[in-house]
Amino acid sequence: MGSFFDRITGRKRSAKSAKERLQLVLIHDRTDMTQVEMEALRDDILAVISRHVDIDPEGVHIDVERDGREQRLVADIPLRSIARRRSG
Amino acid sequence: MSAKIVTMTSGKGGVGKTTAVANIAVALASTGARVCCIDGDIGLRNLDVVMGLENRIVYDIVDVIEGRCRLRQAMIRDKRLPELYLIPAAQTRDKSAVSPSDMVRLGEELRNEVDWVLIDSPAGIERGFRNAIAAADQVLVITNPEVSAVRDADRVIGLLEAEEKGNPFLIINRLNPSMVRNHDMLSAEDVLDLLAIRLIGIVPEDENVIVGTNRGAPIALEAKSMAGQAFRNIAQRLLGQDVPFLELDNRGGFWARLQRIAGRK
Repeated sequence: MGSFFDRITGRKRSAKSAKERLQLVLIHDRTDMTQVEMEALRDDILAVISRHVDIDPEGVHIDVERDGREQRLVADIPLRSIARRRSG
Repeated sequence: MSAKIVTMTSGKGGVGKTTAVANIAVALASTGARVCCIDGDIGLRNLDVVMGLENRIVYDIVDVIEGRCRLRQAMIRDKRLPELYLIPAAQTRDKSAVSPSDMVRLGEELRNEVDWVLIDSPAGIERGFRNAIAAADQVLVITNPEVSAVRDADRVIGLLEAEEKGNPFLIINRLNPSMVRNHDMLSAEDVLDLLAIRLIGIVPEDENVIVGTNRGAPIALEAKSMAGQAFRNIAQRLLGQDVPFLELDNRGGFWARLQRIAGRK
């Protein structure tokens, strides 16, 4: 209860936790892929791309996103420019 | 005219499948439709007590399937409504006594006898679940606004997609509007966003549901009950009518107004 108390103590409302936890768990249930397998996939993708082009590992985002009942693997991989490569 | 076969399922136990079947059946039968319920939970018979028909059982579903009685003999008539029937589960057998093809055959035979067949699926995703969905034209997935029930519902929806029993409808049962208001329960919108299937009903938590079950008189028979109204609305939607969803957050009193003024909705 005590939502006022929650707000002053900074505790997250439980409905929000439930939804966030379910969002993650459903992605893994639906794709049959664990967090560890997801990490392995991510490392493989980055290794393959790095063989061809220089990437900026800091800015990489690879995630499974929900779209209705479908999941999609969304990868956002920033590439290093030639100028930066030379100066760096 | 040929009956429509509707199966109620959930994955998780205890979310209200049996209660929902009894109530939707009563609501459909109140409109004058001919309705037959089937208790699909062989070995764990329950729909009979919820409907108040437990003292009148002679034959059960396994008796029909194994040819020990005619279909009509196993259909117990509910005396409150002219055309409401129940085919009870067998209590001394297990799920292996029935196969999906038996259920398809039984469903086909019932199509000529009634307008609606409502099948109550057992919990789980094994044989009993497969039996319950085998003959279905439409599957209803029922869940509670609670993490484990939503997760299991999602799993069941995935299995239905794989079985090409696609496009199930969702019932959100036991929603507590005041907990939702306090952000301590998933809202109907949250559950719908997570499961992403078509919504056919939201049933508020209501103590009278237990009172009705105690008496063997489904709440949908009570004109004044909010949960009863929600079940009647689901029946109307199954009949193809466009019924607006209930306004559950109707605490229009002083406290609700004060909360709204204070910006807490």
